[in-house]
Amino acid sequence: MQKIYDDADAALDGLLRDDMLIAAGGFGLCGIPELLLSAIERSKVKGLTFASNNAGVDDFGIGILLASRQVKKMMSSYVGENAEFMRQFLEGELEVEFNPQGTLAERMRAGGAGIAGFYTKTGVGTQIAEGKETKVFDDETYVLERGIEADLAIVKAWKADDTGNLVFRKTARNFNVPAAMCGKTCVAEVEEIVPRGSLDPDCIHLPGVFVHRLIQGDHEKRIEKVTTRKKEEA
Amino acid sequence: MPWDREQMAERAAQELEDGTYVNLGIGIPTLVANYIGDKDITLQSENGMLGMGPFPVEGEEDPDLINAGKQTITELNRTSYFDSATSFAMIRGGKIACAILGAMEVAENGDLANWMIPGKLVKGMGGAMDLVAGVQKVVIVMDHQNKHGESKILHECTLPLTGTGVVDRIITNLGVLDVVEGGLKIVETAPDVTEEQIREATEAKIVN
Repeated sequence: MQKIYDDADAALDGLLRDDMLIAAGGFGLCGIPELLLSAIERSKVKGLTFASNNAGVDDFGIGILLASRQVKKMMSSYVGENAEFMRQFLEGELEVEFNPQGTLAERMRAGGAGIAGFYTKTGVGTQIAEGKETKVFDDETYVLERGIEADLAIVKAWKADDTGNLVFRKTARNFNVPAAMCGKTCVAEVEEIVPRGSLDPDCIHLPGVFVHRLIQGDHEKRIEKVTTRKKEEA
Repeated sequence: MPWDREQMAERAAQELEDGTYVNLGIGIPTLVANYIGDKDITLQSENGMLGMGPFPVEGEEDPDLINAGKQTITELNRTSYFDSATSFAMIRGGKIACAILGAMEVAENGDLANWMIPGKLVKGMGGAMDLVAGVQKVVIVMDHQNKHGESKILHECTLPLTGTGVVDRIITNLGVLDVVEGGLKIVETAPDVTEEQIREATEAKIVN
């Protein structure tokens, strides 16, 4: 079992092609696979569809792939932090499919779990449900949503062992788990690859079976909105 | 005198029952956290955290620790972290007792519109549709009228909906209204505001 690659470019070698669907982890700029996104920019593949909760900011995260015009479509729940995104969206250059955040997460989880679709009460009676099948269970209406199976998943974790077992840190876990699960191939970037046996098996957040390739690297980990309180209030 | 933002948040905090798990939206709802007092309330952040603490002191910001508004925050000794699918399992699954959210429009049948204005910049619904569909009680905190002096509490919403029949209680600068059979019921007025004033400021049907 050899999952470790030298760098992001090597880890993506042979996996990228035009017009593919990529699921990406992260919430805002927290826990995004920043090294793999940079490598995708360098690869120059285009026509990409991203299933990702957000679209980054102008010069970081998926934003760099919007600037380089490599993205055709976003499947997201909230995209408000990116001026270039808004420009392309309003000009009709970029297709956007809005998904309720929980529906997007569950679509990824389901797709990775062999579940083709599921009924949810989220969005019933709203434009999100238009054109979708609905069904009444126990007097309540639910809408059918499809699982997402991505050609590739790119995720970011805190630590991994060489078998791909992943541990995340604090709220940087977010969409990384469901995104990893739904990829036909999943590439993970981590801050540290630790020796086999040094992660507590009871505290693995994502088992290595979901992770096919791994890299270790230095992360910028940019903060989107620094908010603090005064010390004397503490 | 009508309530100001802080007073609306203070009033909304009374809705929180001791020992429950709660999700607060962005804007005035965020201020509600300042008025929890001695109640044992666990705040949920839908990006994957239960037990949200205050903002960090300067120099202690952690890029791996943010709330759903992408602000840096801190953890508490009760905190747990989880992935987004698990986060919305507890939201959709009715484990969260109450969500306090802002709104653009609320209708007399409890319909809610708070995510998009056609023709304007659409940023997305985030977790709002899941929250209103799943949590046990939805409390809306908003100004009674828009900046043109028009009622935001309507017979029917004009904007695209976030959820249908989902709102339980509305707290505005003028008072508190409940969604009941047949319309809205005034349950409280702000100091020196009369029920008559609320009726005049409200397009929706008031049944008491």
